[in-house]
Amino acid sequence: MSDKTAFVPSLIGTSGETLREAFGKALTAAAADYPSLVVLDADVAGGTGTHHFRRAHPDRFIQLGIAEQNMIGVAAGLALAGRLPVATTFAVFALRTIEQVRQSIAYPKLNVKIAASHPGLDAGPDGASAQALEDIAAFRAIPGMTVVSPADAIEMTKAVPAILAHVGPLYLRTGRSPARRIFDDSYVFELGKGRIVRDGKDVTIVACGVEVARALDAADLLARDGIAARVVNMSTIKPIDEALLITCARETGAFVTAEDHNVVGGLGGAVAEALARTTPAPIEFIGVQDVFGESGEPEELADKYGLAGPSIAAAARRAIARKGKH
Amino acid sequence: MSDLQARATEIRRIAVSLIHGAGSGHPGSCLSAADVIAALYFGELRPADKFVLSKGHACPALYAALHLRGLFDRAALGSFRRLGGLLQGSPTTTIPGVDATCGSLGQGFSIALGLALGLRQVSDTVAQEPHVFVMLGDGELQEGEVWEAAMAAGHYHLGNLCAIVDYNKMQSDDLNARIMGLEPLDAKWRAFNWNVQTIDGHDFGAIAAAFANARATAGRPTVIIANTIKGKGVSYMEGVPSWHGSVKLKPEEIRQALADLGVPAERQPEYAFHV
Repeated sequence: MSDKTAFVPSLIGTSGETLREAFGKALTAAAADYPSLVVLDADVAGGTGTHHFRRAHPDRFIQLGIAEQNMIGVAAGLALAGRLPVATTFAVFALRTIEQVRQSIAYPKLNVKIAASHPGLDAGPDGASAQALEDIAAFRAIPGMTVVSPADAIEMTKAVPAILAHVGPLYLRTGRSPARRIFDDSYVFELGKGRIVRDGKDVTIVACGVEVARALDAADLLARDGIAARVVNMSTIKPIDEALLITCARETGAFVTAEDHNVVGGLGGAVAEALARTTPAPIEFIGVQDVFGESGEPEELADKYGLAGPSIAAAARRAIARKGKH
Repeated sequence: MSDLQARATEIRRIAVSLIHGAGSGHPGSCLSAADVIAALYFGELRPADKFVLSKGHACPALYAALHLRGLFDRAALGSFRRLGGLLQGSPTTTIPGVDATCGSLGQGFSIALGLALGLRQVSDTVAQEPHVFVMLGDGELQEGEVWEAAMAAGHYHLGNLCAIVDYNKMQSDDLNARIMGLEPLDAKWRAFNWNVQTIDGHDFGAIAAAFANARATAGRPTVIIANTIKGKGVSYMEGVPSWHGSVKLKPEEIRQALADLGVPAERQPEYAFHV
């Protein structure tokens, strides 16, 4: 069967809540458990979901205006004063704070969380200037930084308490668009652990964020040809779940990584580094291929830039064909 | 010589000796800032107060003050800029007594703002709020982040925040006025809703009065524009931009520097901290 076969998205994923709304609500719910929790905003509370927190806890919501670099430094100072700051903005503006994050937060190992919505092509019609395709790579390169990108609203809801319980700097990628459901309410989030969301023996698709649903679409497409693809939700990108990757290498022998991000330095880079060190296997990289995006709806952009299910399925076939040839 | 003057002189002696011993560092910035740092650590700072050296390259002066306050011993001074050493080339919170990690200009000011906001949140009354003091270099004011933080501090009426600009008029390459002019500086801070005081940064009476004014000013952050002399106290460094750093002091240069700071030749070996 060719990749041009009519493509029908899987129904696992009824359109669910956005990750940013789930984030804002989970943060608000966690406020009682964390009396020192304060939320910082740079004039995008309506966009990041933190308007929920602002409404419930106005005295613990700190508005810094459109000044993200200062916001990060303020978060560092608040942490030094014993508060638990969560600094929130859009992913593309988190990028402009990368030196503040490395110097003022990560180097002194401060307990600050940075949460960013509108990552990748998911930022959509605002175009390339609003589409952060480099944030995972940039944050991942900072020593001691944990990087998390949940796949759906349920995982986000479960991840927020775990993230607040984690002591140390952490970057959380949320999302703008309604996310298809991957998990049910029984899901247990574990920081640093990948999760097999669909099993298979022929190839492993390692995905994060919105790409997990698209990886499941790809697995459906591949199944029509009798190819059994394993799909791993790798929501913690750093530290990466190396043990799970080794297991997948031994059991499936080929990989595709899928992320709404540049193919340079993100999830694909993390997986490739881990496998190269441990159990080398053929890998194909799904993501934006080192170019800038453009205006469009997220699903249109995913099609055009090769992030949708059919592209992932094609990559899986390529990875399988490379087995034993390296 | 007043006690503060003696402390400041000792800070200067230690700072230039650390830079000489390490083979690199920023002497001019330490020497201009030494009097304000002495006034903070031997007078102004209360136990819960914080001091952020946003111009982190002047850390030899800060380390000297912390050593004189007993936070670490003489042997630790010899670790300045050395592999595995306690005293890093820029201040970090792993060093006893250092309240914030600095070294990238502009960022310490935001950290000080966050400290002031956080300490306000955990204080029951305004009177109980610890004060946060932050020293900025003049060249540092060219960083945009400084003005983001200045705007926010004014907006939040942070009376518990006091900034000191070490206004020695020089930066790494040349005079401020030739690199990127700062004037009118007092008007800039006023426009950001700060209480502004301009003083002679080498006059201990004026420094103390400015700190008292800052503590007495509620509802507005205070900036003390401290007019200082780069390289103050060392004859051949005063007013010479090339001593900003990072410089290696020759043996005859450290001898002259210590002599200018009142250390006779026979006592100069006491200031050889690096072994």
